[in-house]
Amino acid sequence: MSFFDHLPVLTVLLPALSAVLLLLLGDQGADVHGGHAHPKLLWARRIGLVSTALGLVLAVLLALGAADGDLRVYRLGAWPAPYGIALVVDRLSASMLLLTSVIALAALWYAAGGWDAHGRYFHAIFQFQLMGLNGAFVTGDLFNLFVFFEVLLIASYVLTVHGQGGPRLRVGLQYVVLNLLASALFLIGVALIYAQTGTLNFADLALRVAQVPAPEAAVLQAAALVLLVVFGFKAAMMPLSLWLPATYAAASAPVAALFAVMTKVGIYAIVRVHGVIFGEGAGDSAFVARDVLLPLALATGVVGVVGVLAARTLPRLVAWLNVASIGTVLAAVGLYSPLAWSAAIFYMLNSSLVIAGLFLLSELVAAQRGDVADRLVPALPVAQPALLGLMLLLASASTAGLPPLPGFIGKLMILEASLSHSWQAGVWSVVLGVGFLTIIGLARAGSILFWQVRPGPQVGLRAGASPKLLAATWTLLLASVAMSVLAAPIERYTRAAAEQLGDRVAYARAVLGEGARPSGTVRPYDGRGARPPMRKEGPE
Amino acid sequence: MSMEFLVATGIGWVTACAIYLMLRGRSFPVVLGLTLLGYAVNVFIFAMGRLWSAAPPVLLSDAAVADPLPQALVLTAIVIGFATTGFVIELALRSRHDNRTDHVDGTHRQAERDEAHQDEASIGGHRR
Repeated sequence: MSFFDHLPVLTVLLPALSAVLLLLLGDQGADVHGGHAHPKLLWARRIGLVSTALGLVLAVLLALGAADGDLRVYRLGAWPAPYGIALVVDRLSASMLLLTSVIALAALWYAAGGWDAHGRYFHAIFQFQLMGLNGAFVTGDLFNLFVFFEVLLIASYVLTVHGQGGPRLRVGLQYVVLNLLASALFLIGVALIYAQTGTLNFADLALRVAQVPAPEAAVLQAAALVLLVVFGFKAAMMPLSLWLPATYAAASAPVAALFAVMTKVGIYAIVRVHGVIFGEGAGDSAFVARDVLLPLALATGVVGVVGVLAARTLPRLVAWLNVASIGTVLAAVGLYSPLAWSAAIFYMLNSSLVIAGLFLLSELVAAQRGDVADRLVPALPVAQPALLGLMLLLASASTAGLPPLPGFIGKLMILEASLSHSWQAGVWSVVLGVGFLTIIGLARAGSILFWQVRPGPQVGLRAGASPKLLAATWTLLLASVAMSVLAAPIERYTRAAAEQLGDRVAYARAVLGEGARPSGTVRPYDGRGARPPMRKEGPE
Repeated sequence: MSMEFLVATGIGWVTACAIYLMLRGRSFPVVLGLTLLGYAVNVFIFAMGRLWSAAPPVLLSDAAVADPLPQALVLTAIVIGFATTGFVIELALRSRHDNRTDHVDGTHRQAERDEAHQDEASIGGHRR
C-alpha cells in the first residue's frame, strides 16, 4: 500500500496523535492573564496549528482524490468489510473534511490570539474535537458514527465551558445533559437497526434494509425515526434546536466558530442514513423520513429567522442565523433528489464558512464597544467602523443570499431543485422569506452597531483590532467569496457528490468488494450461522 | 416467554424511572436519571442480540453461540457512558459551585440563596 491509501485513517490519527502530544506537553496552568507568553503555550500553539494545517493538506489531497469519483475505502486491520471497521471517503465526506479543516484552522488561528490562555488544555481538546469531526465524516459504519459523535461531543463539552464563568457552566450543563440523552436515543436506534438487519455497516445496511419485509420493517422504520430525532437534535432541527442559541452564544468565539461545523455533522448523518440508506431503493422502508423532514426543515428556517429578528446580542443573532441556515439546508435535503442534495451541499459549505466568520467577527465588534460589548443597543462608536462594517456587510450579503455571493447561488440551486415538487410553494416562500428577513435582521444589527452611535470619544481598541484576529476572520469571509469565484467547479463537484450518494450499488461494491451481496448474517439470529473456528494445534 | 417478559419490563421500568428523574429540576437527580438511562440502554443493546441461555458468546463448539456483536457494542457503550457520566458529575459540581445553585435552569436563585442561608445558619456559616 502506498502512502495515499492510508489518507482516510490519517485524518483521524493525525489530530489524535497531536492531541496526545499536547497532553504530554502539559499545560501552563490556569494563569488567566499572564499566560500569553508562556513557552509551553507557544509550543502548544505551534503544534496545534501545524497539525491542523497538515489536516488541511490531507483534506485537500482526499478531495482531489475523490474528485474523479473513486470511493476510497480503508479497512482497518484488513478485516473484510461488513465485519471489520471500514472508513469510506466519497466526494461528500471529502468536502466535509475540507470544510472542517478550513474552519478549524481559522478558528485555531483566532484562538491563538489569546483565547487559548483562558483555560487549560485548549489545544489538546481542540485536536480531540477535530478527531471526532473527521472520524464522523469518514466512518462507514453506524456504530462508529456513534463513537465519533461521542468523541466530538465530549471535546465540545469541554470547549463549551472553556473560559468558564457561571452562565457558560449553566448552559454547558444543559447542553451536556441534552446531548447525553440524545446519545442514549442514538444507541437505542442503533440497537434496533442491528436487531432487524444484523449489520451496522452503511454499505451492507443499504442492501439489507431493502430485504426486511413489511411487518418487520415497522420496527426498522421506528429505529430510523429515532435516529432522525438524534441527528435532528445535533443538527438543531426544529423542535430540537432551542438549546443551540444559548449554547453557541455562551461559548467563546473561536469555539462557536468551530461548532458551526458540528451542526453540519447532524445534517451529514441525516443525508447518509435517511437520504441514502432509507432513501430510494430501501424496499418497504424507503423514504421513511420524507414526510417529516421537509415540514420540520421549513419550520426550522422560519423559527431561526424569527430568532434573528428577536436577538438582543450579536452572538445570539449569529446562532439563530445558524439555525435558519440549517433549515434551508435541511429543506434541500428533504427534497430527495440529486439536484437538491447538490444544492444542499453547496449551501452548507458556504453557510458554515460565513457563520463561523460571523461568530469571530461578533467578538471583534464586541471587543471594540467597551462595556456594552455584544448587546445590540446604541453605544459609543467602534474604533474601526469601516473595516468591521465592511466585513459584516460582506457576511450579511452572503448569508442572506444576495448576488453574486455564494449564498445566492446556493439558494438559487435550492429553488431550482424544488421546481415541480409538491412542496414547491412552501420551499420557495420559506427560502426567499428567510433570505429577506435575514437581511432585515442583519441590517438592524449593522445599523445599531455602526450608525446609531452615541456622540462621544471612541472606545479604546482593546483586543479587537489585532491583525492576527482580523486575518483569521477575513480568511473565513474570503473563503466564502472564493466559493463564489470558483462556483462552477464547486457546483460540478457537489452535483457529482450528490449523484455518487444516490448510487447505492457502486458504494456497496466498493466497500464490500465485488459481488456486493448482503453479508451472511441472518435475522432472526439463530446462533447457528457462525462456524466454529479451527482448533489450533499446540500446547494449551 | 418469562425471561423475555422479565427483561423487557425491567428495561422499561428502569427507563421510566430514568425519565422521571431527568425531568426533575436539580442537576443531581438529572445526572442520576442519565446514569439509569445508560444502564437501561446497555441492557437493551445486549437484549437486541436476542436472549440466549447456555450459549457461549465466543465460538467454541458446534453448539449454538450467542451473538457476540451486541456484546462488543455494549462494552464500548459502557466505556463511553462511564466517561460522560464522570464528566457530567464534575460539570454539575462546578456549576453548583460557580452559580451557587444546582437548578438546571439557573433560575430559582433566590429560593436557593434562602436555602443556603439556612444551611449556613445550621452549619455555622463557614462557607463564605
